[in-house]
Amino acid sequence: MARRRRPADAAPPEATQTTRTIPGVSHPLRGTPLREADLTRGAVSLERWEPALSYRWDSGVAIGRFLEGLREGKILGVHCRRCARTVTPPRAFCEICFVPMDEWVELADTGTVNTFSICFITWDMRPLRVPQVPAVIEIDGTSPRVGFLHTLGGLRGRTVERIRREVRLGLPVRAVWKPAGQRTGAITDILHFAPLGRRR
Amino acid sequence: MEPSVAIIGIGLTPLRSVSPDVSFREMIFEAATRAYADAGVTPREIDTFVTVAEDFHEGTSITDEYTPDQLGAVRRPVQTIAGDGLQGLATAYMLIRSGIAETAVVEAHSKASNIVHHEQILALALDPTFERPRRFNPHAVAGLEMRRYLHEAGVGPEATARVVSKNRRAALTNTYAAYGADIGGDEVLASAPLADPLRELEVSRYADGAVVLVLASAEWIADRGATPVWIRGIGWATDEPSLSGRPWGTAVYARMACQAAYAQAGIRSAVGEINLFEVDDTYAYKELQHLEAALGLEVGEGARLTESARTANGQLRVNISGGNLGMGYGYDASALFRTAVTAHQLRGTAGPGQLKDIHSALVLSWRGIPTTTGGAVVLGAP
Amino acid sequence: MLPKGPRPRRRVAVVGAGLSLFARRALETGKELSYYAASAALESAGLRRRDVQAVVMASAPDAFDGVHMKGEYLSDGAGGWRKPYLRAYVGGGSGVFSIISGWTLVASGLFDVVLVVAEEKMSPTQPHPQAAFISIFDHTIERPLGPNLLWIFSLEQSRYMHTYGIANEDIARVSVKNKHNALGHPAAQLGAELTVEEVLASEVVAWPVHRLMVSPISDGAAAIVLAAEEVATRISDRPVWVEGIGWALDTSYWGNRDLAYPRYVEDAARMAYAMAGITEPRKEIHVVEPYDPFAYKELHHLEGLLLADRGKAPEDLANGRFDRDGPLPSCPSGGLMGVGNPIAAAGLMKLCELYWQLRGEAGARQVPNSPRRGLAQAWGDLMQIGTVAILGVR
Repeated sequence: MARRRRPADAAPPEATQTTRTIPGVSHPLRGTPLREADLTRGAVSLERWEPALSYRWDSGVAIGRFLEGLREGKILGVHCRRCARTVTPPRAFCEICFVPMDEWVELADTGTVNTFSICFITWDMRPLRVPQVPAVIEIDGTSPRVGFLHTLGGLRGRTVERIRREVRLGLPVRAVWKPAGQRTGAITDILHFAPLGRRR
Repeated sequence: MEPSVAIIGIGLTPLRSVSPDVSFREMIFEAATRAYADAGVTPREIDTFVTVAEDFHEGTSITDEYTPDQLGAVRRPVQTIAGDGLQGLATAYMLIRSGIAETAVVEAHSKASNIVHHEQILALALDPTFERPRRFNPHAVAGLEMRRYLHEAGVGPEATARVVSKNRRAALTNTYAAYGADIGGDEVLASAPLADPLRELEVSRYADGAVVLVLASAEWIADRGATPVWIRGIGWATDEPSLSGRPWGTAVYARMACQAAYAQAGIRSAVGEINLFEVDDTYAYKELQHLEAALGLEVGEGARLTESARTANGQLRVNISGGNLGMGYGYDASALFRTAVTAHQLRGTAGPGQLKDIHSALVLSWRGIPTTTGGAVVLGAP
Repeated sequence: MLPKGPRPRRRVAVVGAGLSLFARRALETGKELSYYAASAALESAGLRRRDVQAVVMASAPDAFDGVHMKGEYLSDGAGGWRKPYLRAYVGGGSGVFSIISGWTLVASGLFDVVLVVAEEKMSPTQPHPQAAFISIFDHTIERPLGPNLLWIFSLEQSRYMHTYGIANEDIARVSVKNKHNALGHPAAQLGAELTVEEVLASEVVAWPVHRLMVSPISDGAAAIVLAAEEVATRISDRPVWVEGIGWALDTSYWGNRDLAYPRYVEDAARMAYAMAGITEPRKEIHVVEPYDPFAYKELHHLEGLLLADRGKAPEDLANGRFDRDGPLPSCPSGGLMGVGNPIAAAGLMKLCELYWQLRGEAGARQVPNSPRRGLAQAWGDLMQIGTVAILGVR
């Protein structure tokens, strides 16, 4: 084991951005920032790898049935007899009471917007001219604050200002479904949720 | 030192090659429900939760997100160890020893059947600059190690074929095992070469399953009552991550992990003081290497013990569960599948394969290729 | 008044801290970045690798580095060769969780000296690291919607603003404060003098989030050395004690929760306050490093930490309460917004900051009046986990 640190070691470094030292360490902080140009002109060597990762996830009892419901144009939920919550997306057990949940409920396909955003970038960072509007939709017939992630559609506006005039927290919405023949038992069987009626 | 932490509840789903009817959540819920019932507790009485998982085994980044619900651990202290099952067990053990928890839960599971191309994932674990660009089948890492091991041990492939036969037969009396079968050594030697000298039947087959263990402190047990399987000592170690520069014949990580576990447990001579050795046998030759680590033997002596059938006819009890070869392999969950069945043995609840006169056991684990990481735990009967 | 908590059997202290530079894209591999931080921490503690008995590693998604089981890959860079080495991974919470991991090893009595390393190398992911985050969403009922990491933050910020009537101007002030504070930080990637107007004039990426409210993607590493009491008092002139730790994970069903308030951060904070014997956090915490991957998060978390009333942190910020020379300096380091956000490393960077602040070694960033107790907090998963550590000097 080493000696106690001497008081001189604890002297504070000079306080500008250009001094990249920390107490007790004799050299400046290490690391070599690269710029885009370093990469494009081949100044650094790179290895590339494209992983081919495929999974086939077992949906299981609860989500399996939920997806079947979606194929039939229904949003299903489950009810816990112990705590009396009705929840969606469905689950085989109540995570609060820790007992099986098997009382299935057909919920309405309407709900209210709990929160939303207006997003101008795709998941892989490409710009969008027409923004996506993700939202958490509280589904009618469930316990308070129960909902799931989806998107809003059927909006007229394409800018933040215009969309904010059409959408607010608490806005009633309804699921817009794919035609029955095109539904496959997926969350995307619901195309999006759209405002109920028009606002003046 | 006097053991202060024990396993008081065991929940293990029977391992199966596929489990299409249940999601991972539902499978873990079943294991957890069994473990809590076995321990006589509710999840609210558990102070801390440790899960074991790797993102690419699940197909989900930050797989920690999907852990609390099926354990009844919502809004509780939950952490995920991206590591070996025994590292998860060690974490729960240390949390209780630290004094901030009296009870703990450890969980691990495998949905290996949901992975379409295992080799793609194994390849992703190789060093991206020096190892991966060669694009060889990752099982070749085991082939390389096996060849070196056989050379240093001075034994032929019959030694490893014997391990397969022994373990798959032993699995026939383990109700949790997926791959019990009556297979002879010559069948193994006749099976297709995978990465010579490694043969297909020498590689554990994947299995799905979930395991939950409930742990408690000695004080809690004295207060509440339980049938404790004592954790007498636990260790883990990591050796060289690169393929170059690692010792190929001897499992240094396993020797280190055992030394640490034995030191804590006060074990001076493993062969005399431990009645059951459950060591990783993901590839058949690993059982021999790991046995040598567990018994402090020279390279090759484990092979000779197995050859002389001392490990099969009961003089030295090794992988009575059937090992990973017989039970099925679930990546990092395997260590805890083996711990669960070993705990059953120590408690006398192992069913048709129950051993007599069993007071202490060692579980020795390995994280699989291309790692040099493993753990060891010494367990004691109630 | 908060209740007292369990008594740990052993006191643990921080005796050294180290960092690498944080950069958008570093030449170095994750192993090398880990080595930079780990060796700096050892030097600052006056120790060698052989003095370390175990190593813990914190690093967030393996998908960034493109290495499966990346803990194994990083182990030698982090000093873990032939040592007990393990990795705990709780998403964005990992950086602060790392000290909890390390604490557990020492407090258990099994180890006396533990090296804690946090590393992140996000730059390898192509075409952009942010794309890796799609895989954190539910594989069946969320990923098919093409969700963007930004959705999480914008949905939460939107709910927070709406619930409490908070304006974006109030949130923009966090970017201004933190980027200014970062000008004094040696590892900082993006220190700057900004105005609220400039922040709000920056492009809307996902309303209500503007680009200058988002912390930068980064490569970097941080490390600390932990020692048991007997060792710490022998080798350190001023050990910084781990006085409280706490963590809590909420349900994965995040659509079933009200996002306006991070109740799981409160759960974690209460656990840490109880262990530290803190009953009035607003008086007893002198400096705080809440997690700030996006500007509003600092405010959201200050409220969850019980250091500000619900919905009132923006007002407190506007009144100067959280300035470096204010009553409760918050993110004096410059935070993730200013220093950079190599996820796990950024969380541990906050603990390094507290270490220096409590020892009076923070230089230009030093908060006045000799703070004796600091709190660092991180957050992550799907708006689910709170991790808290409280450090103190005598």
